[in-house]
Amino acid sequence: MQQFFVFVRKECYHIFRDKRTLLILFGMPLVLIILFGFAITNEIHHAQIAVLDQSRDSYSQRLVRKMTASRYFEVNRYLSSYKEIGPAFRQGDVKLVVVIPGRFAHSFEHEKVAAVQLLTDASDPNTATTLINYANAMIIQYQQELTGEIKLPLTIRSEIQMVYNPSLKGVFLFVPGVMTLILMLVSAMMTSITITREKELGTMEILLVSPLKPVMIIAGKVVPYIVLSFIISLIILAMGTWVFAMPVKGSLLLLLLECILFGLTALSLGILISSMTNSQQTAMMISLMGLMLPTVLLSGFVFPLESMPKPLQVVANVLPAKWFNIILKDVMLKGAGLRQVWMPTAILCGMTVFFLAVSIRKFKIRLS
Amino acid sequence: MLPIVVEHIHKSFGDLKALHDISFTVNEGELFGLIGPDGAGKSTLFRILTTLLLADKGNATVNGLDVVKQYRTIRREVGYMPGRFSLYQDLTIEENLNFFATIFNTTVEENYDLIKDIYEQIAPFAKRPAGKLSGGMKQKLALCCALVHKPKVLFLDEPTTGVDPVSRKEFWDMLRRLKTKGIPILVSTPYMDEAILCDRVALMQKGAIMQINTPANIVAGFGMPVWAMKADNMYRLIRDLRAFEGVYSCYAFGEYLHVTVNTELENVKAYLAPLGHEGLEIKPAKPGIEDAFMQLMQEQNELA
Amino acid sequence: MNNYSIVTKDLTKRFGSFTATDAITFEVGQGEIFGFLGANGAGKTTAMRMLCGLLKPSSGEAKVAGYDIYTQTEQIKKRIGYMSQKFSLYEDLTVKENIRFYGGIYGLSNQQIKEKTHALLDRLQLEKEARQLVSSLPLGWKQKLSFSIALLHDPSIVFLDEPTGGVDPITRRQFWDLIYESADKGVTIFVTTHYMDEAEYCNRISIMVDGKIKALDTPAGLKKQFNAESMNDVFLQLARAKS
Repeated sequence: MQQFFVFVRKECYHIFRDKRTLLILFGMPLVLIILFGFAITNEIHHAQIAVLDQSRDSYSQRLVRKMTASRYFEVNRYLSSYKEIGPAFRQGDVKLVVVIPGRFAHSFEHEKVAAVQLLTDASDPNTATTLINYANAMIIQYQQELTGEIKLPLTIRSEIQMVYNPSLKGVFLFVPGVMTLILMLVSAMMTSITITREKELGTMEILLVSPLKPVMIIAGKVVPYIVLSFIISLIILAMGTWVFAMPVKGSLLLLLLECILFGLTALSLGILISSMTNSQQTAMMISLMGLMLPTVLLSGFVFPLESMPKPLQVVANVLPAKWFNIILKDVMLKGAGLRQVWMPTAILCGMTVFFLAVSIRKFKIRLS
Repeated sequence: MLPIVVEHIHKSFGDLKALHDISFTVNEGELFGLIGPDGAGKSTLFRILTTLLLADKGNATVNGLDVVKQYRTIRREVGYMPGRFSLYQDLTIEENLNFFATIFNTTVEENYDLIKDIYEQIAPFAKRPAGKLSGGMKQKLALCCALVHKPKVLFLDEPTTGVDPVSRKEFWDMLRRLKTKGIPILVSTPYMDEAILCDRVALMQKGAIMQINTPANIVAGFGMPVWAMKADNMYRLIRDLRAFEGVYSCYAFGEYLHVTVNTELENVKAYLAPLGHEGLEIKPAKPGIEDAFMQLMQEQNELA
Repeated sequence: MNNYSIVTKDLTKRFGSFTATDAITFEVGQGEIFGFLGANGAGKTTAMRMLCGLLKPSSGEAKVAGYDIYTQTEQIKKRIGYMSQKFSLYEDLTVKENIRFYGGIYGLSNQQIKEKTHALLDRLQLEKEARQLVSSLPLGWKQKLSFSIALLHDPSIVFLDEPTGGVDPITRRQFWDLIYESADKGVTIFVTTHYMDEAEYCNRISIMVDGKIKALDTPAGLKKQFNAESMNDVFLQLARAKS
């Protein structure tokens, strides 16, 4: 045991003496969160919309007023026919078109159900999703106002012409995303680099020619990074909560345990990478290209998974990041408990065990 | 029980034959040297003996233990200093030493008498990161780390490469003192002049051992007289001598050329006389390990 | 003074409070083989970098190939060749590609590169290996090749930083044959080495201890001055004197 503690202490020396890496490790989450956080919230101010109001009655005009009364939307133009929708989008300013069909007030009063169509420019799915969410929220508010007035159950059925993630409740998408990204980076990339560095320096040679067991070498290298990645997830969560008022609806304990689980998955991936390569450079390339890029692109963090072609959606299933993202969103935003997220959790556990088993099999007790 | 026994070891990397039929033994308390240039296969041999590589063919034992089957026990019992400086550059001298002591299940204090001589030389810099030490000090630290668990056999792969002559001399002095404590040492070096500091040496070239003997016997077995020659213009003298068929070999050796001839010396003198070399000087010379090495190399090349 | 290839006067380089090179003064004649010796950390590399125009001196003067090392580093770089054990050739390029590359960065014409490649391969007897990757060559051949490439643009001075480390004794001497041959053609050779017997092959030697030049003479002169049998003894005496 003494050996193990000494090993961990040595690893901590490496981490804390490398000021530059340390700065990146702790600086990056902050920068990313702030970047994503403010970039997304800024986009929603004064989004340009177009309105195709085929009813032109008091209800429809009130709806438009309601939407523009907020700072979020600004009517760029009024359209007179469906044909004008295409050109309006193509000119580029208009991000959202609200189509109110004829006899809006009539449907409302007589059928208790009215339809509104929202069209967005989905070439930028993030913005589109957010806009839809905002518009929807306002329509629902409007509906509640009306319901209160007339004291009749009324429904506005908004029909949306863009596939979007129905569980998204706000702009908090990025916090789980950044968390996934950073944990992947710290755990997978840093571990693979720190192990290959020993190989490059030649110190692995001495460690192998010592009574240390391979498991001990790996565990000794990995433990500090587990702690590190846990601290970083705490920082990200704290920032999400205090700076961006992000809710954590589910159990905090569950959330933290899931973070540790994902940290372990990423670590086991890092160990696997380091068992396949001998140079820091290759390890970094594999981590970046093989882990970071898919994490950014395919985990549903930047681009909604549902709007991706089927094959990519299938590929996304093998990414631990996808499952962790689901867990995070469900726990933080929907308040899900373990019962709701047991499947992604089980998948992550399975992946971790699999990666560890493969890397222990592949770990060389000799140099070749 | 012999500390190291190597029997017919072969090792190839793809097409490259790194080791070809290597056999030798190291005796109790012996300082045994592997002498040869880069690419002779010294490091590969070290890695096989320290259980880091598997040989393609042949057996080897360290302290009576098989390097393949009993690798775990060997790893506990030997001290190994790899060819490159392999300590943690961002850890201080103290931290490195403590770290290696602990992973070998011991403490610096327990075997302090063994490393005392060496450690005292670097102790004033104990708080300095290893990366900021000079070449000679790094080697001393690496030796301390390899010795800290009181190994039964010591493997030192090119400990003096790239180190200046002063530090090299100090390092060999330390090895000689260690020898008095009875630890058998296998050491490799590309510097021929260090061969005479070993009890016995194996001269290696291109993956094969050319000769194993004591340095004195290797020199004694050289077999032909060597003449030291010099002139004011050495370059012209070399060219003229090499052009003469009576000259078997002619190599620069410090201030003089070392020349071996397959004819009477008088014939060489007669050949040189009309060429007008100023300051020409010819005298008998004592051959050294390097002469022997080059002669063996030349023979090996002629065979190939 | 025109046929001096390197002239320095009180050349000094300080890093913070540490003086790496302490007022060194020496001259090297054109076509001379000048051995630049010293223990690890004695300041050799710093001095060499200043002379190659890679490092600005803190004080003192120096001229290399007639150019000032403060203001004319570009001209100096065109007139010198440099070879070190640590960095020499691109391992993943073939012999020919390496020659072509270095010819190219020194601005030789295609015709010149062609002729020189041919002459160089012929002299080193490397024609058969011309299309092989450098990584497949034995170390000794690499070193000879890299020395010849350092001479490709006909520099008037070549700086050699431990050119023969780890090379076998025969190849080491073949390497020195190349050095002699170049010096014979009038190229100045400025060489550092850890092999003391190689020091004897130099026309003159300087020995640095703690940033200062402690001895400078011909090998024979130094041995006489220190009453020593070999250069190794001279070196040990000097380095010991400091402690």
